[in-house]
Amino acid sequence: MSEVTHTKPVAVAAPPFSFTQVLPWLIFAAMLFLVAWYFISAEQGATSLLSGTAVHEWVHDGRHLLGFPCH
Amino acid sequence: MTSARSFLIRGLLAGLFAGLVAFGVAYAVGEPAINAAIAIEDSGALADHHAHHDPTASDSSGAAEVPRLLQSTLGLLSGTLVAGVTLGGLLGVLSALALGRFGRLGVRAVSLSLAAIGFVSISLMPFVAYPPNPPAIGHPDTIGVRTALYFIMLAASIIAAVTAVLVGREFAERWGAWYATLTAIAGYLLVTLAAMALLPGYSEVPADFPATVLYHFRGASLITQLALWATLGVVLGELLYRLRRRTGGGHVPEPDYAEQLS
Repeated sequence: MSEVTHTKPVAVAAPPFSFTQVLPWLIFAAMLFLVAWYFISAEQGATSLLSGTAVHEWVHDGRHLLGFPCH
Repeated sequence: MTSARSFLIRGLLAGLFAGLVAFGVAYAVGEPAINAAIAIEDSGALADHHAHHDPTASDSSGAAEVPRLLQSTLGLLSGTLVAGVTLGGLLGVLSALALGRFGRLGVRAVSLSLAAIGFVSISLMPFVAYPPNPPAIGHPDTIGVRTALYFIMLAASIIAAVTAVLVGREFAERWGAWYATLTAIAGYLLVTLAAMALLPGYSEVPADFPATVLYHFRGASLITQLALWATLGVVLGELLYRLRRRTGGGHVPEPDYAEQLS
């Protein structure tokens, strides 16, 4: 079989994405994760950005069951 | 052409599903223990434990802003959904980075491996170091110290896990994947167990708090987190596998060496 008609793909060992390709998405996903998990884990518990206890009350059961210190 | 964006979106989707499953598990297994703990708290049966709530404004008796019915359903659901979605997004992007860099693992195995590493380093190790307590146990006076210790342990565990993965990949080139993985796991365990030994511990569980309620709550907490991670790892892997197969990046057959030689 000649080179021209050889259509089988050759195994690619190289990673499909370079680090710089992934980095912006990694930063975005990490920021999203950190902000969300802050509100689930610590807001109006150990530390408060917002006044009152509404956030604490709303995520109360989730905070306990996801394993964070509470009260 | 797939980009890391496609991985992020599939991560968010898988996380949404994982959050739903985690809610189901938490509601079925965890809520009975939480209700039992609140009943103990409200009965004032704990002798050596000063009431940490003003009896007139107890946050868990239902007198406060969010009634128990909402806390245990929509409140819990929004907690597990937000946790699952954002965790899924992060794991999706990390899968894009790890693909092709975890030896010869395919995309499903990469996602599940990342989920397993995440479960051990983010959920299991902090759980072992500072096991969670149901309502009625934690003192409000110590919440700052307890949260700080928990997050120090969490940070140490995550840093140790990331380092173990990076160092393990270096070792893999010299020793092969098997011994490199074992060494990385051993190194991770050594560092996190040392952190556990060095950090101060605390136990605020009153002597007369029922052991069965505490056991059920902690078991439910661990199972909830395991359900979240396991569902996320499997579903994300499946979604990414289908994406890779559709866009031609998935299964790549071995090159036909005999043909090339001829």
